[in-house]
Amino acid sequence: MRYIPNTDDQRSEMLRTIGAGSVDDLFSDLPASAVLDGKLDLPEPMSEMGLMKHLNELAGRNVDACSQTCFLGAGVYDHFVPLVVDHIISREEFTTSYTPYQPEISQGTLQAIFEYQSMVCSLTGMEVANASMYDGASSIAEAAFMACASTKRNVVLVARSVHPHGRAVLETYASMRGVTVREIGYSDGILDMGDLKGNLSDEVAAVIVQSPNFFGSLEDLKALADEAHGVKALFIAVSDLLALSVLEAPGRLGADVVVGDGQSVGNAMNFGGPHFGFFATTQKLMRKMPGRIVGETLDRNGKKCYVLTLQAREQHIRREKASSNICSNHSLNALASAVHMSLMGLSGMKEAASQSLLKAAYGKESLIETGSFRSAFDGPFFREFVVFSDEAPRSINDRLLSEGMIGGYDLSSDYPELENAWLVAVTEKRTKDEIDRFVSVARGE
Amino acid sequence: MAEIKAGLKYTKEHEWIKVEGEKGYVGISDYAQNAMGDIVFVELPEVGQDVSAGGDLCVVESVKGANDVYSPASGKIAEINEDLEDSPEKINEDPYGSWIALVELSDLSELDGLMDEEAYRSYCEGLE
Repeated sequence: MRYIPNTDDQRSEMLRTIGAGSVDDLFSDLPASAVLDGKLDLPEPMSEMGLMKHLNELAGRNVDACSQTCFLGAGVYDHFVPLVVDHIISREEFTTSYTPYQPEISQGTLQAIFEYQSMVCSLTGMEVANASMYDGASSIAEAAFMACASTKRNVVLVARSVHPHGRAVLETYASMRGVTVREIGYSDGILDMGDLKGNLSDEVAAVIVQSPNFFGSLEDLKALADEAHGVKALFIAVSDLLALSVLEAPGRLGADVVVGDGQSVGNAMNFGGPHFGFFATTQKLMRKMPGRIVGETLDRNGKKCYVLTLQAREQHIRREKASSNICSNHSLNALASAVHMSLMGLSGMKEAASQSLLKAAYGKESLIETGSFRSAFDGPFFREFVVFSDEAPRSINDRLLSEGMIGGYDLSSDYPELENAWLVAVTEKRTKDEIDRFVSVARGE
Repeated sequence: MAEIKAGLKYTKEHEWIKVEGEKGYVGISDYAQNAMGDIVFVELPEVGQDVSAGGDLCVVESVKGANDVYSPASGKIAEINEDLEDSPEKINEDPYGSWIALVELSDLSELDGLMDEEAYRSYCEGLE
């Protein structure tokens, strides 16, 4: 505790002031089972040389997409990131992409964020985007809160086909703010329209739908947006920036907010994170948008420059009345995506997206042709699909791993109703030979 | 010294109300606009919305921050000043000419609790 400069006397005084008997009393809310009793079971200290050897051995036990052929997605995808992305974001000028306390002194950082925001607007078809959020899940929760603030309503409907992590984070946020979350079921892999209609009312602040959804299926965003607007609720579309290079922009289909995880563009899988979330909305809702926003303006000499804007509602100014408590963003990850998108261009992104779409379609068709797999859902899908098998996904995945392949996601843990359902992702990185080999090992020959 | 207009009623939160019959125009005082600085946005209430004395009426955003404006009296919003949507700076230019909302008052006796010109003047002087 040597870095905490207060004295024993000062601590006693503080405890007396708040009426606590001891520092331990402050932790009395923790269940006894969660409190460490005794010392951590750690080995004796090692020499640097010994430690390096030990850590390298541990690292060598990891299975990753560099050494294996990956068919796992479920929210994080094995897309190609050109080396030059890392090269550019590692430049000294971006060493910390965090904005300093006088942000306008870092015009380069602000311009990079502004370009990122502009690209997000263009892909989502929205008018404004913020500088990024922590991840897709927190962007969903923030969008729900924004909808509640804007409609002054407290119920949000979320499709069960939205990523389970996104729904879990939404539930956590909502439970702390008195917001009620209701789940809308699915039918044939997409939101069940009948269930949605039965739950819509003038209490509903927002309808949250993901497309491509967690199963890879495409939702009918236009029809769903119309239903939401019928009760004056906002329509929140959760999407994927790479997919949006080939799919219609949700903004042109009636979305009021478009959010999602940005990993698929320019970010390595990083064992599941860090990535970043994107958040875009309409000009009408701009002042309720959480997070930081960079705007372009003219300085006093009439030259183009960049500033942080619309900050008046942020927590550091508005305190407890702030519409959101997010104070930061994932700038480096967002920067990587901006560099990636500008290098690839729309045509490069379309190429990667189309190849993912077509290769996934080929993979699904090939799996079904073996006779060992059945298609779970019929509609159109992007990059990812669900098949049923008589064999447990876990056992198929074990066989694939022994052949140097990472298999699909076992859906039954998140969707108990989908037993032996296997969520398989195929990106542009997979070759025909790899897909053929995957199919042949998966069928169990 | 901030301008204080005769004939209006004032709150401690620096709103004014100009009563005409059973209705009252509500705005913010010269003192308030001066303290806020350049006003960049007024998030207007909705016509038909109920307001209560001392409750939230709207949010006025300036370059310094977003500020709540409270209703001096209870009632229902009858009209809003839509000019402020495009020209929020009118509040800085003419705070007593730039009403925000017209409230249909539900309890005229509430107005007795508000300050008149003289009382508000000495209240503001006490703040300086």
